[in-house]
Amino acid sequence: MKRLLCLGIEGTAHTFGAGIVSSDGEIIAESKSSYIPPSGRGIHPREASQHHSRVADEVLREAFNKSGVRPREIDLIAFSQGPGLGPCLRNTATIARALSVYLNKPLVGVNHLVAHIEIGKLTSKTRDPLILILSGGTTQLLGYEDGRYRVFGETLDITLANCIDTFARETGIVDAGNPWPGPAFDKIASEGRSYIPLPYTVKGMDLQFSGLLTAALKMFREKSASLEDLCFSLQETALSMVVEVVERALAQTGKKEVLLTGGFARNQRIRDMIREMVKLHNATFHVVPSEYATDNGVMIAWTGILAYQSGLKLNVENSLVKPKWRIEDTQIVWMMKNS
Amino acid sequence: MVDLTLRFENPTLFYVGAEAEVYRAKWYGIDVVIKRRIPKPYRIKELDEEIRFRRTMREAKILHYAKKAGVPTPTVYFLDPTNSTIIMNFIEGERTREALSKFTGEERVRKIELIGVYTGRLHQAGIQHGDLTTSNMILTEDGRIFIVDFGLGAFTNEVEDMAVDLILFRRALMSTHYMFAEECFKAFLRGYASIRGRKIADKVLDKAREVEKRGRYVIRS
Repeated sequence: MKRLLCLGIEGTAHTFGAGIVSSDGEIIAESKSSYIPPSGRGIHPREASQHHSRVADEVLREAFNKSGVRPREIDLIAFSQGPGLGPCLRNTATIARALSVYLNKPLVGVNHLVAHIEIGKLTSKTRDPLILILSGGTTQLLGYEDGRYRVFGETLDITLANCIDTFARETGIVDAGNPWPGPAFDKIASEGRSYIPLPYTVKGMDLQFSGLLTAALKMFREKSASLEDLCFSLQETALSMVVEVVERALAQTGKKEVLLTGGFARNQRIRDMIREMVKLHNATFHVVPSEYATDNGVMIAWTGILAYQSGLKLNVENSLVKPKWRIEDTQIVWMMKNS
Repeated sequence: MVDLTLRFENPTLFYVGAEAEVYRAKWYGIDVVIKRRIPKPYRIKELDEEIRFRRTMREAKILHYAKKAGVPTPTVYFLDPTNSTIIMNFIEGERTREALSKFTGEERVRKIELIGVYTGRLHQAGIQHGDLTTSNMILTEDGRIFIVDFGLGAFTNEVEDMAVDLILFRRALMSTHYMFAEECFKAFLRGYASIRGRKIADKVLDKAREVEKRGRYVIRS
């Protein structure tokens, strides 16, 4: 088969990214730019989408410059069609469609979550892992079964990262020079000494974090515990819930690999906990390198190649974005061939 | 406290799940099953103990309330929540999963209908089993069916929780008794509706279809 080059464009939330990948799995170049909300605030969808329009030209140019590939030499263009924030998805899709028409190259729409999984598998060389996606917008436990990535468990309300970020913002934890409070929160949590019982909510393989967040904030406002102990207890409770469902799924499905991805994969405590847990089940643990665990264009490019080789492509007329696209609504055609 | 574990004779491990080890042993001359929730090294001790304590208490409570609702379950002989251990009677019999295929059609339908009745009674009493498969049902020689392993059970009145039980049971039938799965599930629903009433049974079934469409609760047999 001819070696294909794909340009992938990501833009579902705060990051606009471009990546160029070949069909033999070589990552040729990438570039990205993230919208940074004002200190102590979350993402504003409109502001983020305007950021994407503003930086698109520069980001794409940089990716091409680094790669030494000329735009005309690209074989196809893939973009993140969903799920994500509507305004961000629309601006990104507009850029991808324009390039596709202008360069006369086929267009492929990629599911952002499938892309997280596929780049994870490529970089970790796993084949059929149990996948844990922990990012700002997603807390999901997935695995391939019968033609699709099935959601074994997920949050029923807010995401894990959202729970911790919100707690940090509400309690005034900020990290100078970093838009996300995660690292500052981790540092304070590591100074906590005593565990304060907080709501622990696991329902089968699903999770709930909002009750936990409310209880922790209430204790903070009532000053009934120190901030260090609260951060420590919040972190331990929330992460234990997640690791427990991963363990249950591992026992039930008999899978032998666990793959962690998403922005939250940088958290050291969750890595330690999962590493400890997989030992009990003779499974291996893999973390996606952080440049590919957070949103990036490379994952879109690689998944675009897989989809295109399986015969999937879009006409511009039916390339509408899908902000609420569920991962199990997507057939994973390239996996079906393998099994 | 007296260390009762010393009084066990020939404990043999016969099942290891995601959170518990299950042993069979003699205890003061009685055949018992010992279910012990094992400590998890990945979570901090305080939280680990709290979780195991609460779940052990809940499971024992569910076993009791299920029996009260008219569903045969193992009798809890001893509860040691600090060691997250439940000692219950050993049910002599065969797993329904294997037993079912040995029956004639008529007999099989009757058994499955009885499982439907028991499930209806559980749900009517506000109990979700959480892992309702034919592997967790034991058929005794005198023809009774015991429901075991309430480790994932919960006290709930949510229609969705009940629906999950129905989905799991149907999946179990499909994967191991494929040839007569549909006929069996119909019998199950008949038994279920005889307890809960047509209207509620339909509501739970509709919910089950909706939940199943999300493509979740996929289990490997």
